[in-house]
Amino acid sequence: MTIPSNLISSQTMTWLLVVMIAGYGIGAVGALTLGRSLFVRAAATSGAIIGAGAAFILGSANLLSGQTLTIQISDILPITGFALRLDGLGAFFLVVIGLLGVPVALYSFGYSAAYEGRYSLRLIGAMLNGLLLTLSLQVMADNALTFLLLWETMSLSAYWMVVTEHDQPGTLQAGGWYIAMTHIGFAALVAMFLLLSGGDAMSTSFAAMRANALTLAPLARDAVFLLALFGFGSKAGVVPLHVWLPMAHPVAPSHVSALMSGVVIKMGIYGLLRVTLDLLGGGPAWWGALVLAVGTVTALLGVLYALMEHDLKRLLAFHSVENIGIILIGIGAGLIFRSYGLMALATLGFIGGLYHTINHASFKGLLFLGAGSVLHATGTRNMEEMGGLIKRMPWTALFFLIGAAAISALPPLNGFVSEWLVFQALLGGFNIPVPEVAVAFPLAVGMLALTSGLAAACFVKAFGISFLAIPRSHEAEHAHEAPLSMRIGMAILALACIALGLAPFSVVPLLGGVLAGLGGLPDTRSVFTLNLLVQAPAGFAQVSPTWIGLGLLILLALIPLVMRLMHVNRKRRVSDTWGCGRIGQTPRMEYTATSFAEPLRRVFAELYRPTKELSIDFHPESKYFVKSIKYSSRITPLFDRVLYDPLLRLIQRISRQVRRIQTGSLHLYLMYVAVILILLLIAARWF
Amino acid sequence: MIVTGYVLEIAQVALALLLAPGLAGFVRWLKARFQNRRGAPPWQPYFELRKLFGKEVVMSNNASWLFRVAPYIIFASTVTVTLLVPMIVAPLALDGMGDLLMVVYLLLLGTFFLALAGLDPGTAFGGMGASREMTVAAIAEPTIALAIFSLALSAGSTNLGRIVTQELANPAVTVSPGHLLALAALFIVTLAETGRLPVDNPATHLELTMIHEAMILEYSGRYLALIEWASWLKLTIFFTLLANLFVPWGIATTFDPAALTLAVLALIVKLAVLGGIVAVVETRVAKLRLFRVPELLGASFVLALLAVTSSFLLK
Repeated sequence: MTIPSNLISSQTMTWLLVVMIAGYGIGAVGALTLGRSLFVRAAATSGAIIGAGAAFILGSANLLSGQTLTIQISDILPITGFALRLDGLGAFFLVVIGLLGVPVALYSFGYSAAYEGRYSLRLIGAMLNGLLLTLSLQVMADNALTFLLLWETMSLSAYWMVVTEHDQPGTLQAGGWYIAMTHIGFAALVAMFLLLSGGDAMSTSFAAMRANALTLAPLARDAVFLLALFGFGSKAGVVPLHVWLPMAHPVAPSHVSALMSGVVIKMGIYGLLRVTLDLLGGGPAWWGALVLAVGTVTALLGVLYALMEHDLKRLLAFHSVENIGIILIGIGAGLIFRSYGLMALATLGFIGGLYHTINHASFKGLLFLGAGSVLHATGTRNMEEMGGLIKRMPWTALFFLIGAAAISALPPLNGFVSEWLVFQALLGGFNIPVPEVAVAFPLAVGMLALTSGLAAACFVKAFGISFLAIPRSHEAEHAHEAPLSMRIGMAILALACIALGLAPFSVVPLLGGVLAGLGGLPDTRSVFTLNLLVQAPAGFAQVSPTWIGLGLLILLALIPLVMRLMHVNRKRRVSDTWGCGRIGQTPRMEYTATSFAEPLRRVFAELYRPTKELSIDFHPESKYFVKSIKYSSRITPLFDRVLYDPLLRLIQRISRQVRRIQTGSLHLYLMYVAVILILLLIAARWF
Repeated sequence: MIVTGYVLEIAQVALALLLAPGLAGFVRWLKARFQNRRGAPPWQPYFELRKLFGKEVVMSNNASWLFRVAPYIIFASTVTVTLLVPMIVAPLALDGMGDLLMVVYLLLLGTFFLALAGLDPGTAFGGMGASREMTVAAIAEPTIALAIFSLALSAGSTNLGRIVTQELANPAVTVSPGHLLALAALFIVTLAETGRLPVDNPATHLELTMIHEAMILEYSGRYLALIEWASWLKLTIFFTLLANLFVPWGIATTFDPAALTLAVLALIVKLAVLGGIVAVVETRVAKLRLFRVPELLGASFVLALLAVTSSFLLK
């Protein structure tokens, strides 16, 4: 499906870019200057919608017609100035940004109404537009300085949005962790770009880096790859650099969580692909093997910790970690195949990873917006206090169900297609000539399948406990449906989930076009689809979620019809739940989130190491009568226990030792200055 | 030819729907006979279906629209799987629509909604059944994926029709270590996924031993009929997969009426044999404690991993 290039000229592209920047600009300025809070929210929302919509159209125009866009402004930044270039990879991520940006902006109109009077609506509105602007420009950055500048601005805008609710407990601490980890990653990125530009040329443009990469020593290339994995991995949330994610995403306003989980962490994936595939042009097999291993561990640990959460947004944050792992599995498989010259399979792996990127953006965005609606209605994120919301918030429940089914990879929704593609890429592993590498693939298949099954279990819990059965608290009982703007935002994303699932035969060729030419990958636009089917290389397997979806719909209509024709008893009586003879049912009799996850907690107890505290208060007269029971259990995540707590304790110990030189005596400080000055003079004289 | 193919698809679905209650009844009858009881006749489930379709539905007032829609989704997804599994003919006309992975995930769709329907009325039994069912389903997933991998390795595809036709073309592959190990692994998974002993007891109503039964406790009337029929159909599907993916002889490769009749008879014989084996296993083995089930599924995972490794090494 392509549009001829003469229909979309480069003039049009430039105009779209101008509209995009103008949209964001109007949104930000309007939010900061207008008077009434209604106008502030409206300005921020409409500006963001115009901007994100323009971004979506700009990206789609490039994907469908191949028309590119190049902007170079030399005076703003030193060396090579501010440069933008839109190519296939950037256009795809621009589409993702636009796809998520519009619903999130619409949603924020209704959601931020609750912040009126408590927090600054101006800041929220301006920062939303700022974040979307830096994201949109980030994927078009064509030299290192532009990239780094936009990266830092993006991190800072995201930080300001994360700490919106600054008086809530844990928010500032979460923001602190976020900003610390993103800056550690940033340092790695600066080092990486320095290595890439290398030599005396000191040109920071990506074109120069591509040429330069061919002359780099293998050790330097490996170092660049590892720095890229570390820096971009910390942004994406790979294990063990993921600790900030489950802290920052829950405390942020829900539309910000959606944007962060859907797009900001994908910038890590964008960066990794840009550097590894585009600038470096691929590498030896161990690069891909490392990415595959990291991806598998990330996916498993993410879903295992998500299972044990009863904070709805923290659960979703851990699932973001899991899905980043799945994307990395696809990318890792692609890199391994590429290093052995199996180009068709490599493209399949990358397509799987990229498809999962856009799928995750749509269903995770939808889920976070749904969780936000629930938070808006009940005031709590704790699943143990929810329940029965399907009757009080029917639309939110429906959209959340679609998101939950999509993330569990149930056909015919979008999660199934991308997981199928990643599975098929992994199944191609037997083509690899080296057995030691090839044996990693079946292990990855097993782990991916386990992740997928556990995710389904987790979402049965998340949807079932939050929305079904009887309300467990007063707030849940009196919950109200979300306002219209929030519902429309969620509806757009739900439609995206359904569309991406039913029309994979049009998405896969577009992704093939994105990858053509990157790192030596061939143009595979026609290889992977046939009519309404999606197929893996050499006819290895074929699947058509479109036909299956159609079949399911036909059957769902046919079965009641046949039953009616056969004169089946159509009566239905609603009555009290059977209680084995007792009268009345209370919420205390329902299953809770903790009890739902308990079998899995036992199965994986070696990983979780839960601690349990049980105190029973007996009646003074007899031990057979119990007055009260107090049970508490806690799980400390593995990397907190093993890596971060010891590391933080070490840093604190060192800091305490270093503090000894701060005695408070001015004379001692002056002596320090004098000694250092003398040492520096000696050093300057001798070296 | 194409029209005949589609007609055969519909005929296959009808055959599966007709055989499913009979198969479940046959296994039940055999178990009764092994336990020295007379047992209900093997066609008892047909009478149960007729009875349930004639009864009124009584629903909990805590349940929502999900409770009403779930039986249809479960039944529709299981029937869709029947369209993809080669029972009497390989390859099927709709073979390109789905492969083994699609089959696995369609069955997971049914399980997902069944678990949600168990949680909906707000009873403790339903929650318990849902929790246990999802645990067993999640832990069985890696075994199924690896078994699919080892089957796909020798056939060069995950599409079911191609696996069956490749095996008919070179029969030596069916006795390769990879296939035999995959058969053992998939047999254990069949017991887990279809709710048979030692994982779950289909005849119990004691709360501590229920998994599948606990989730459908609140269902009655036509909803219960649809869910029971879907679960018998799932049993038939798993038995057909075990039979036709590992012992494919008898299956028709042309639309010739003689071959098709032979295929139907072969299918009935294979289902009866498998039913007999499962009845023996269920009678001999006691139900496992719930927290021992992951150990059993872990053992099946090891078998599947060995299957894949041996397929790799012997390729």
